[in-house]
Amino acid sequence: MDCLSIAATGAAMSCCFGRGWLAVVVGVGLDDPMKYSALAILRHALTGNRSWKPVWRQPEPRAAYDTVIVGGGGHGLATAHYLAKLHGITDVAVVEKGYLGSGNVGRNTTIIRSNYLLPGNTHFYEHSMKLWEGLEQDINYNAMVSQRGVLNLCHSDGQRDAYARRGNAMRIAGVDAELLDAAQVKAMLPLLNTDNPRFPVKGGLLQRRGGTVRHDAVAWGYARAADSRGVDLLQNTEVIGIRVEGGRVRGVETTRGFIAAKRVGLAVAGNTSRVAAMAGLRLPIESHVLQAFVSEAVKPMIDCVVTYGAGHFYVSQSDKGGLVFGGDIDGYNSYAQRGGLPVVEDVMEGGVQLFPAMSRLRYLRQWGGIMDMSMDGSPIIDRTPVEGLFLNCGWCYGGFKATPASGWCFAHTIATGQPHALNAEFRLDRFATGAVLDEKGVGAQPNQH
Amino acid sequence: MMIPCPFCGARGSAEFATVGSKPPPRPAPDAPPEAWHDYVNLRDNPAGLHDELWQHVHGCRQWLVVTRDTRNHAIAAVKAARA
Repeated sequence: MDCLSIAATGAAMSCCFGRGWLAVVVGVGLDDPMKYSALAILRHALTGNRSWKPVWRQPEPRAAYDTVIVGGGGHGLATAHYLAKLHGITDVAVVEKGYLGSGNVGRNTTIIRSNYLLPGNTHFYEHSMKLWEGLEQDINYNAMVSQRGVLNLCHSDGQRDAYARRGNAMRIAGVDAELLDAAQVKAMLPLLNTDNPRFPVKGGLLQRRGGTVRHDAVAWGYARAADSRGVDLLQNTEVIGIRVEGGRVRGVETTRGFIAAKRVGLAVAGNTSRVAAMAGLRLPIESHVLQAFVSEAVKPMIDCVVTYGAGHFYVSQSDKGGLVFGGDIDGYNSYAQRGGLPVVEDVMEGGVQLFPAMSRLRYLRQWGGIMDMSMDGSPIIDRTPVEGLFLNCGWCYGGFKATPASGWCFAHTIATGQPHALNAEFRLDRFATGAVLDEKGVGAQPNQH
Repeated sequence: MMIPCPFCGARGSAEFATVGSKPPPRPAPDAPPEAWHDYVNLRDNPAGLHDELWQHVHGCRQWLVVTRDTRNHAIAAVKAARA
């Protein structure tokens, strides 16, 4: 071997070594090119960011699936993810009439918390909180889970007593809760008006593990995770009928043809009554509009989620700096994704009472989402009288925080045919039997929940 | 949203309060539990024309049956609940 060939061999070896080294560095991508990591970002940076791929497929509908989930929002996509991951059911289609995440998962105020009083709710929402805490590792997606704390303000001695009771109930159930006095609240929120003569701030109930999550990322992250396990995400595919034969569901009629399925799960929020009616069901649900608002971006002024105890108002500040806030539902049945001005006025009044500095802000936009209000203010995750048809609805205006546990429990219910202990009390027949879960105790009057 | 009160004329919806759908006839006291469950808990919840009960609380205080399209809030008819 002459010098030249030795040099050539060396060059070839170093070249191979170089490629191998590069492959190790960028390497996560070799096993799973879709997995996100700091190294994947580096690899894409080195190649000019030209090799990013769409994060989910755009499949054509197949003629039949084992399970069809109707509704490509947070709950439907989470259900598909947990069906595939925890129950090994990957022959699944998620059918969405618009684009993924075009409904309430992108219309809420992004708050997560588990500060409930009743046992049937507390354990469920705490399970959801624990799933939030591990979500980003589970689905390999940055959902910006921010446990910045949720603070409920109280304005009278009686309200403080009620919060103490709720806080104790939470701690007995293993949920974190702290009762703060007025001075502690003031220290947390310097801009808060604690001395309103009619509704002075007497203290608050703080759940430090509560906070906010980037809501669109929840939909996208669950969609990508479900797609990577083989779930077909069928966008722009509207369900126009549910085929039921002999008391058993056979599939769904869609704008892209009939799709046969052994099991069908409905997770369609404000459209629940309309879709369930296709299978002949009449439900304890009313559809109402809830508005949300965003202000212009300002420097940090509120570093947790704050709720007003004497009005209906809640606010947090997004990472971009805008205040994200909302209030009560408009109070009358609505399928229009926009609200009326009286509630806008009411929400602004509540905000300015709490934070007078808000009166100097300009508001960028407002929007509405259609809530599936149940007769006791609590959700339904259950079977239905139609064999193979499952129902996930009744989230009122608390559906976002429940997204992981809702999908987790709905997947369990669909896969096993039986509710999990965590959603055992979210029964469809509880209104007939009287075993309702009414946190506020207002009865079958959905516009009061 | 403006509601044309048959007694006061068109007024803003903030003058009114609603209890929701105009309920079907109340069951007899000895009706079976299913009939009461149906009456208290179940709703048609239509996307379209919807008969509902409103009271003009900051006006004439009359109860009204408002027929409203839940998709766009267009009001098709308003009449006094006590015909």
